Amino acid sequence: MNFGKQFKEGLLTNNPVTVQLLGMCSTLAITTSMANGIGMGLSVTIILTLANIFIALLRKVIPDEVRIACFIVVIAGFVTMVDLSLQAFFPAIAKSLGVFIPLIVVNCIILGRAEAFASKNTVLASAVDGICQGIGYTAVLLVLCFFRELLGAGTLFGVQIMPKSYVPAGILVLPVGGFLCLGALIAAMQWGLKKAEKKNAKKEGEQA
Amino acid sequence: MDYKALKLIASSNPHIRNNEDTRSIMLDVIIALCPALAWSIYRFGFRALLAAAVSVGSAMCWEWLYRKALKKPQTLGDLSAAVTGLLLSMVCPVTLPYWMLVLGNFFAIVVVKQLYGGLGKNFMNPALAGRAALVACYASQMTSWIDPNAGWAPLNLHGADVVTAATPMAMIGEDFAGLTATYSVSDMFIGFVGGSAGEISSMMLLIGGLYLIFRKVISWHIPVAYIGSVALLALIFPHGNDPVQYMLYSLFGGGLMLGAFFMATDYVTSPVTKKGQLIFGVGCGLITVFIRTFGSFPEGVCYSILLMNCTVWIIDKHVKPTRFGVVKEAAKK
Repeated sequence: MNFGKQFKEGLLTNNPVTVQLLGMCSTLAITTSMANGIGMGLSVTIILTLANIFIALLRKVIPDEVRIACFIVVIAGFVTMVDLSLQAFFPAIAKSLGVFIPLIVVNCIILGRAEAFASKNTVLASAVDGICQGIGYTAVLLVLCFFRELLGAGTLFGVQIMPKSYVPAGILVLPVGGFLCLGALIAAMQWGLKKAEKKNAKKEGEQA
Repeated sequence: MDYKALKLIASSNPHIRNNEDTRSIMLDVIIALCPALAWSIYRFGFRALLAAAVSVGSAMCWEWLYRKALKKPQTLGDLSAAVTGLLLSMVCPVTLPYWMLVLGNFFAIVVVKQLYGGLGKNFMNPALAGRAALVACYASQMTSWIDPNAGWAPLNLHGADVVTAATPMAMIGEDFAGLTATYSVSDMFIGFVGGSAGEISSMMLLIGGLYLIFRKVISWHIPVAYIGSVALLALIFPHGNDPVQYMLYSLFGGGLMLGAFFMATDYVTSPVTKKGQLIFGVGCGLITVFIRTFGSFPEGVCYSILLMNCTVWIIDKHVKPTRFGVVKEAAKK
């Protein structure tokens, strides 16, 4: 188990949103304000970690033929817990995230990590994986939220940041703005990753 | 074999004569736009010229910066960026802040044109896509039209005390009687109305369009199919009592002439065959009338052309020229 490697994978080289291209629907839909981004990111991180731990615990018990159904049951349980807690303690965030909290049940990131990682690895490694992938997801949400809220509404966390004379670019808080921003972010990350890869390959070539 | 003796009919591309290149075609388009630009300067004042200059300059800047940043050969010389910039300034209100024009050009040149690989690879008309992006971003600025009849100021640079007025297109659906009372048909044709910087004078655009057809830069198929289908639908489903009057107002109001001659005929984003171009033109006409009649926007030229741009690959796939020397499917069996 290597925490640093898993963290780097979750945040950059194997980021759930920009590299694995999972969980796009919620990413596009809720990244209109920073508060939404933090609420959604934290919820997904908690659910992902708990689901990973439980599925890793049960990985030897769950029959292979019905594993997807079993994963969904475990995930749905945690989603319900988080959903009810949010409604109880943070009703404003629960209201603004709306249906996207219950929809975490079918979020591909969680099912994908359960299938690809937790069902094959130890409990501890799965917990770390859940946290790292969750942080990667949250980071992408926050980057998108930052640009979309700042430029699309002129605010951050609902507080006016841009000068009064700034005319908000309404396109950014519309769905089309979500697609444009996500596309630009994915392109930028792929460009950076490719560049780092080339550098590494060159270094290895020199060593050899 | 003597190829010169063969009676060959040149159709579709590529058939480029050596004295005609992208640059000369684009130059012809710019020349053809000059009458309309001159009219907009005459009507809206000096700011129309400044807006056009800012727009052309920023379009060329974005193109240069993008090609420079990605270390690609520079393509400023083909003037296509200049045409995009000029067209974008003509489809925006003359009062639009300059920095919005710069942003619109960024979207048109970098996002729509260069990210897809540059001239010839974009699937949408860059100028219209830039306009659509500006409408989505800054809806109120993009739909506040000054009334050029309220105070004529040839050197009006800031337009601080402008009077806004509804354009003919905003009136035609809701208050057709009021429109006919405000503007006569000749007002509409010559261009004594409000609207986007370059769209107001159908006469000047028609002169430019005919010049392009005369110079064989564009063929008649798309404009005729486009304007013809709008005219036909207006005759069949008129507002008011006089179908011909309604048809003339539909044709001369809004951006139809500008769109039909200068936007829909864009080589890159229109079908290659003549038959395909007729289908494309009719499709533009239908969508324009649908948006004008049933949509929430008063004008549908921009979106109709953008939508039809997206169907060009289907049209090109299904409308193929007859192939000679090929055994037909049925004959094979």
